[in-house]
Amino acid sequence: MEESKVVSVRKLLKQFPMAKEPFTALSDVSIEFHQAEFAGLIGPSGSGKTTLLNIIGSLDVPTAGEAIVLGKSIGKLSAREAAELRRQKLGFIFQSYNLLAVHTVYENVEFPLLLLRIPAAKRHKMVMEALDWVGLTDKVHSRPPQLSGGQCQRVAIARAMVKKPLLVLADEPTANLDAANSHHILQTMLSLNHELKTSFIFATHDDKVISYLKRKVFLLDGRIDRDEMVTPVNTAVL
Amino acid sequence: MKLAIKLAYRNLIGAGLRTVLNVTVLSFSFVMIIWMKGLMSGWDHQAKTDMMKWEIGGGQLWHQSYDPLDPLTWFDSYATLPPSMETHINQGDMMGMLVVQGTVFPQGRMLPVALKGIELQQQILAIPTQLLDTATEAVPALIGEIMAKSSGLKTGDRMALRWRNAFGTFDAADVEIAGIFSSNVPQAEQGQLYIALDRLQQMMELPDAVTILTYKEGFKINEIPDGWVHQTKSMLTRQVDQMIKTKSVGQSILYFILLLLAMLAIFDTQVLSVFRRQKEIGTYVALGYTRKDVVGLFTFEGSMHAVFAAALSMVYGLPFLAWQARVGWTLPVDASEFGMAMAQTLYPVYSAGLVVTTVLIVTITTAIVSYLPARKIAKMNPTDALRGKIQ
Repeated sequence: MEESKVVSVRKLLKQFPMAKEPFTALSDVSIEFHQAEFAGLIGPSGSGKTTLLNIIGSLDVPTAGEAIVLGKSIGKLSAREAAELRRQKLGFIFQSYNLLAVHTVYENVEFPLLLLRIPAAKRHKMVMEALDWVGLTDKVHSRPPQLSGGQCQRVAIARAMVKKPLLVLADEPTANLDAANSHHILQTMLSLNHELKTSFIFATHDDKVISYLKRKVFLLDGRIDRDEMVTPVNTAVL
Repeated sequence: MKLAIKLAYRNLIGAGLRTVLNVTVLSFSFVMIIWMKGLMSGWDHQAKTDMMKWEIGGGQLWHQSYDPLDPLTWFDSYATLPPSMETHINQGDMMGMLVVQGTVFPQGRMLPVALKGIELQQQILAIPTQLLDTATEAVPALIGEIMAKSSGLKTGDRMALRWRNAFGTFDAADVEIAGIFSSNVPQAEQGQLYIALDRLQQMMELPDAVTILTYKEGFKINEIPDGWVHQTKSMLTRQVDQMIKTKSVGQSILYFILLLLAMLAIFDTQVLSVFRRQKEIGTYVALGYTRKDVVGLFTFEGSMHAVFAAALSMVYGLPFLAWQARVGWTLPVDASEFGMAMAQTLYPVYSAGLVVTTVLIVTITTAIVSYLPARKIAKMNPTDALRGKIQ
């Protein structure tokens, strides 16, 4: 079980400096995630789910405690090492897609591979494979402004998955999508989780997302309220 | 690097009209700076070439008492031709010139002149001394166009010339204008009256006396006779260098204004980019860039304006600069009144060094100006940037 541990958070404290006294976003958080998990951090706004996701994604550092991601202690990484971790092993999916608007679909998906200096021929194969996963092989030359919200998010998934990361962090991935697109996106991610054994951690309060989760971690006021292993309601794709 | 170029290219093309405007202003700066600097180089080249052709040759030996700016010294500024220089003169490598003070009376007016005795057969200066070889009762003389214009003299005109000979006795004779030359060198024209050297030596009762020995371009002086001072070409053209240096300072202000306009546009674009593209910055960080990498990326993107501008400059600037080098730029006012060696039409000269230096200065300045706003990225919180939160 230890070998399959992807994330290990112990007694995590995260505070943000404020005018009078620091604001505590996370307090005494301890949790572990394992390979191939399809888990969600669930809670209302301000509960600390995005903060925890950012720390796991090495985009932020804990104030105290420890967050070990894929064997690396986030608080001890240099900026260069943290960037290397994100580049090599992590994938991100954002609420507002965060695609590079001036690039085509193909170029957006190709971008993480360019950072990894993967040779052109292999890169092309990997990009086309990722676009095939999300069903967008016919949109390679389109640019994000020419796509619908659902298509954009599928491009973002392809970009996150193209390098076959060990862990994908998705922050409210369906917040800007309608129900049909949300289900399509979630089914795609669930399928990739199943096929590639990639761990997915969501930060969400969307019921549609929650219905797909295999594990639900509820956060309240910066603390873990409860942690439940469940049988997903939606498993159609499997 | 390849990725940075690709990203920068895409982003600049994506920025559309803003890029077009920035690149246009910057390319205009490129072309104007190269043109104006080329004009200065052209003037420098032209002035020095004309001075060598009409006044100083490849360099001169001056009698030690001679000061061209103090006519009172001229009375004592002569010596018999040094024997060691005779061979050079006979071979045509050098020529002697006697300089004395005189006064002419054109159309009833009195005009002090530098009376210069010049060898008729000389080939070192372009002054048409062969015109002095004419049989006339009066003393044949040559003047420059500037003097002709200021004194109203024409070829064939006669006037009285008064001078003081070596014994201090005043004497006078009629001179006839045998020819008028145009040189673009005011020092060779304004207030200068050229007559045959042997005639002047005779008038001054100074056989074999000379004040200046001018040697031809490429000739090497091995020994300096006693009582003579060597004036190299660079010493004699120092005035042009100083004048051009002074003008260059004035021009630098114009370059500065041109560059400032271009840089302001780029600075503004960079500030706007950093402000508007926060999500993109956060995305780069999430995908595996460090914040410093993103600073580098934005700096590179800003600097690429200079590359685009250089390319655009080649499209319209090269034909313009080539056309200017061919037809030149004619001064809107009479250049002969400026009192310095300057042709009416200046032909720009562009050296590879000039172009490379200008491109480097503009590119480095653009890089610095692009970097300044981009530094803010290094202080950004990537999680806030990802949300597009204004920082």
